[in-house]
Parts: sequence; structure tokens; C-alpha cells
Amino acid sequence: MTETLVKPSVAPGVRLGRISFVWRPWMLLVAVVLAALAFLLFCLSLSIGDFSIPLPRVVATLLGGGKRVDQFVIMDLRLPRALVGLIVGIVLGVSGALTQSLARNPLASPDVLGITWGASAAAVAMVTVSGAVEITGSLGLSTAALIGGVATGLLVYALAWRRGIDGFRLILIGVSVGAFMEAITTWLLVGANLRDVARAQAWMIGSLDGRSWSDVWLVLGGGLVLLAIVWAAAFQLKPMHFGDDVAAGLGVRQNLVRAVLMLCAVLLAGFAVSAAGPIPFIALVAPQIAMRVSRFPTPPLVASGLVGAALLLASDLLARTLLPIALPVGVVTAVIGGPFLIYLLVRSNLRRAS
Amino acid sequence: MGNKVQERPAFGVNETYRRRIAGLGALAVVLVIAGALSLIIGARGLSLSEVWNGLFSPPGNDQQVDIALIVNTVRVPRTILAIIAGVALGVSGALIQGHTRNPIADTGLLGVNTGASFAVVFVIYLFGFTNPYQYVWFAFAGAAIAGVVVFGLSSIGRGAGNPLTLALVGQGITVFLAAITTAVALANRDALNALRFWNAGSVAGVGYKVIWSAAVFIAIGLVMALATLPALNLLNLGDDVARGLGVNIALNRTLGLAAITLLAGAATAACGPIAFVGLMVAHVARYLAGPDYRWLVPYTALLGAIALLLCDIVGRVVAPPGELAVGIVVALVGAPFFAALVWRGKFKNS
Repeated sequence: MTETLVKPSVAPGVRLGRISFVWRPWMLLVAVVLAALAFLLFCLSLSIGDFSIPLPRVVATLLGGGKRVDQFVIMDLRLPRALVGLIVGIVLGVSGALTQSLARNPLASPDVLGITWGASAAAVAMVTVSGAVEITGSLGLSTAALIGGVATGLLVYALAWRRGIDGFRLILIGVSVGAFMEAITTWLLVGANLRDVARAQAWMIGSLDGRSWSDVWLVLGGGLVLLAIVWAAAFQLKPMHFGDDVAAGLGVRQNLVRAVLMLCAVLLAGFAVSAAGPIPFIALVAPQIAMRVSRFPTPPLVASGLVGAALLLASDLLARTLLPIALPVGVVTAVIGGPFLIYLLVRSNLRRAS
Repeated sequence: MGNKVQERPAFGVNETYRRRIAGLGALAVVLVIAGALSLIIGARGLSLSEVWNGLFSPPGNDQQVDIALIVNTVRVPRTILAIIAGVALGVSGALIQGHTRNPIADTGLLGVNTGASFAVVFVIYLFGFTNPYQYVWFAFAGAAIAGVVVFGLSSIGRGAGNPLTLALVGQGITVFLAAITTAVALANRDALNALRFWNAGSVAGVGYKVIWSAAVFIAIGLVMALATLPALNLLNLGDDVARGLGVNIALNRTLGLAAITLLAGAATAACGPIAFVGLMVAHVARYLAGPDYRWLVPYTALLGAIALLLCDIVGRVVAPPGELAVGIVVALVGAPFFAALVWRGKFKNS
């Protein structure tokens, strides 16, 4: 036997009764800083607008004080938009981190898996066929998108199942199911009248404009329940990164855990799309950034969620202030996210080449 | 896919040769039948003799004038366009899979389609063009540039030959361009209206002028494609082996990529985005003709034309009184086909 040097673990374990965890000060610090950043952007989003309110007054109003004008502008007009941005960002970040962990592929995300196209097809059907939106309002649109997205996600998962789930097959099936849904969307758009087409296209680009409190409650409720489930099940995720055999040896019921977490990821993405439309790339990019700032080998869930929130709120601020006309936030995330995806691919290819 | 060496069949080369020729002949017959069906079937059903008279004999009464009009200005142009676009998409699909050694390469996955839509929407927005003949050149340029960019970026480093890289770089570019396209279209009603019809991908209602200009590019592309076929077989053995056997890799690759861009760009410019034809047809052709590209490419040409004609005919009858654009029919048929191939493990992650 050759002598092997075992490096002592730098991350000491802590046990409190039945609960044990690893003490990682750096990750905690990163999470706190990210949370502060997200909160700062959240407050900025509340302060900027036609009637600008300085940050101290924003915080005071949020805590219950402030003038009546400030209260009206912030609580009634701006808070729904900022809250939807915050929650959707967190939800997309966590959904992306789960998808990437489960597919063991840094390029998997709800976008690539066709979920957003499924949601779009359902929402466009809602807008163009029979004008059901006139009757049911934006809540009907959200519900249709939610159902469409979740159904497509489950379909992709079911089609990719062949004695287990292989990440590569999952992505390719996702791409083809996405293309199918895209064709249906195009079909619906060709047949519709131009006013409905404009409405559907505006929805499909992803936007936080004109959100009301009813939009907030749906995504907040769904998001909290699902995040709680993810939080309870997430500790089983870590052994699965070591491969199927090690995970089985450590007593992880892999197919069950994988199915539950994948279902959560799909539902989270569905709620996000239903609240803000198919905002591209947040779910793909946030976990990658979180991994790098946390110096962690796999996508960390908490940090991914916070990065997602910060990214979405920052993109929304850019979308509102960059040009004289307000852009939908989805344009900003696509224009930044597309090149970032390509940068990740090229860099990983260059690294493998050397 | 890559290093598949053709097996020498036990029953001799002549037998294989005869079988392949017979296959080509059979496909040619199917193509003629599909073309004839395409002339007959439509909102106004015609008989073969009516089509013949409409084409070749001077019309006598009013009804014959109508029929001649339908045949000459509606059915014949769309049939010609379906055939040449089908040939172009089929051949470019086989070439792109060969040159990238990548079984999921398809012109639709390469950003060619969104590149063209992007260009179309931009020139409508900037210059107010409304006639397809005006923006067809811009569509062509947009398709070509997007294809070259996706290709270039995905072949940096170890990316070349990895199906996942190409698909995802294509998707990155596609989403990037699509977002800008949509943003512009939302600001301009004409652009929005043109975009939704353009995106569906159709062979109907395209004038002879556009068809003939596309045909010229496609003809040049086909000649270039044929010139690279012998080398393509060797390139599929891997770059090192091909170089050892005396292939000028840079020349053949450039020629091949130029051919793909010409073929796919011209077809997309004339019809709008039609995905999955190239992908589907290349796999069916490989199943029928084997891996030799000198045979594979003629097979894909005929199969592509047949596939597009049949999908166009289906689109005409499936949703009366309207029509379904051929691009939609192709995607609705092609996507499940592709998923089935993936599921059966036809593609490997390298």
C-alpha cells in the first residue's frame, strides 16, 4: 500500500440533536451578501419611476411608516411588480439549480427542456382561441401557462425515461418537444387576428409590467410550498453528485428523490412562467454564477435563488431605464443571457482542449 | 456516427450497386407521383387532364381560363418551390451532419432560421419593405451570417463534433436573435404581421422571380456539394486519417460549409424557416442507402423533395377551408420523429 495523504476536511460538521450540517462560513457570507444585494435592487426597483422616491423613504414605507403618497405609490403601484420580480427570480434560480443538478449537466434548464414553450403554447391558445382572456383575465392566462408548462415538463420527463433518466437524452427530448410546441404556437398565431397576435407576442417575451397583487399571491403561494419541499429533500441531492453507485451505497432512493425534485423544478418553472411569462436564461445562468461565487462544485440552491432574484431585478431596472421606451425584461435577459451561454460553452470546450 | 466504415456486402459490389440504383429509380417515381398530386390537390380539386390542358393548350371558355390561371400561377410555382427547397434542405441536412460528424445537426438548429427572420423584420422596420422580393436578399444574408457564427463559435476548441455544443450554441443565438426580433416586431405592426406569416414557413404564394433566384443559389450550392462528396467520405474517418489519405481538409470543409450556407440560406429566404426536413431525411436516407455520401446525398435530395411536397399537400387538405403552412406540418411530424430517434439511442454524447 502506498501512503496516501488525506487532507483534513476544511469544513467541520456540526451536530444538533438529529440535525447535522456542515459549517461553511464562505457560503454563508456569500448568501448574506447576495440577499443584501437582492434587497437593495428590490428597494431600487421600488424607488425608480415617474415619481422617484429616495431609498430611505422606501425602506421607511416598507416598514409601515412614510407619507400617504409614498404608501400609495409603493404599496399599491410598485410593490406587486418588485415582488413578482423577486419571487420569480428566486424560483427560476432554484429550478435551474435543481435541473442542472439532476441532469448532471450545466446546460440543462427549464428553457432547454421545453417547459417554457409548452407554457407559451397554452397561453397563446388562451389568447387566440375564442378570446377566453376577455372573460377570465390575466389569472386565466397564468393558469393556462402553468398547466401547459407543467404538462410539457412531465411529458419530456416521461418520454426521456428509459430504464432511468439520462441527462443527454433528457435535453435532446426537451429540445424536440420544445420545437413541437413552438410549431403549435406558430400555427395559432398565423390564424389569429393581429391584435391578439401582438398581445400573445408581448406575453411570450416575458415581462413584469402591470403586475397586480393577484399575480403575486399565486406565485408566492406555489413558490413557498415547493421551496419547502425542495428544502426538505435537498440534502439527498449531494450524494447523488458522486454517481449512482455511491448514492445507492449511501442509502439514497434515487429514482424517488430524482422524480420528486424534478417535479418540483418543473412546477417552480411553471409558476414562474405563469407569473411573468417565459423570461429566458435566468434559470440557466443563475446557478452557474452562484457556483462560481460560492466556490462550490455543484449548483448551490440558496445562492442560485438569490442570484436569480438579483439578476432578474437588475435586468428589470435596466429594461426600465436603459432606453427612453421601457423594454420588456425578457429582451434584456435574452440579450445578456444568450451570449453568456455561448461564453460558457466555448470556455468549457477550450478547457477540455488544453 | 463518426467512424462507421462501410461493410463490404457478402453478395458482391454489383448487387449493392444495382440495389442503390433501383432505390433511386423508385424514389424518382415517387417524386413524380407526389409532384402530380401537388398539381391536382387543393382548395379547387383538378383532374390530370385539366392540369395538362391548363398547361399546354390555349384556353377556350371561361372555366378553362380559370383553370389555366390556377395551374400556372398557384399550383406550378408552389410545386417547383417545394421540390427545389426540399432538395436544398435535404442535401444541406446530409452535408451538415457529415461535416460536423454530428447526427443532430440541422439547419433549423443552427440559427439559420432566426437569422433570416431577424433580417426580414429589421428591413421591414427600417426601410418599410413589404414585398417579399425586396427582403429575400436580406433574409438570405441574415441566414448565412447566423449559420457561419453558430458554426464558428461551436467549433472552437473541443466543441467540434459534440452534438450538445452545436445544439446549445444554436439555441443561444436563436433566443438572442428571437428576443430582438420580437421587440422590433412589437414596435411595428407591419413587421409583426409579416413576421408571423414568415415564421410559419410556406411554399405558397411565392413569385417566379423569387423562385428562380433561389434556384440559382441552390444550383451553385449543389455543384459545390457534389464536389466535396468523395472527400466527405474520408473526412468521416476522422481528420487525421483523412489528412493521411491526402485530403485537403481546409479546402473541402470551407467548400462544404459554403454549400450548406447557400442551400439552407436560399431555401429559408424563399420559404421561411422550415426545420427538421434535413434532419429527418438524412436519417431515412442513411437507413436506405448506407453511409457512403456519394449515394447518400442523391437519396437525400429526392427524399427531401418528396417530404416537402407531401407535407405541403397534407397542409392543404388537413385544415379546410384554410391551409396549414408546410413549415408547421414538417415540425409537427418531424419533432416526434426526432424524439423517437433519440429515444432509440441513435445519438451518442461524445
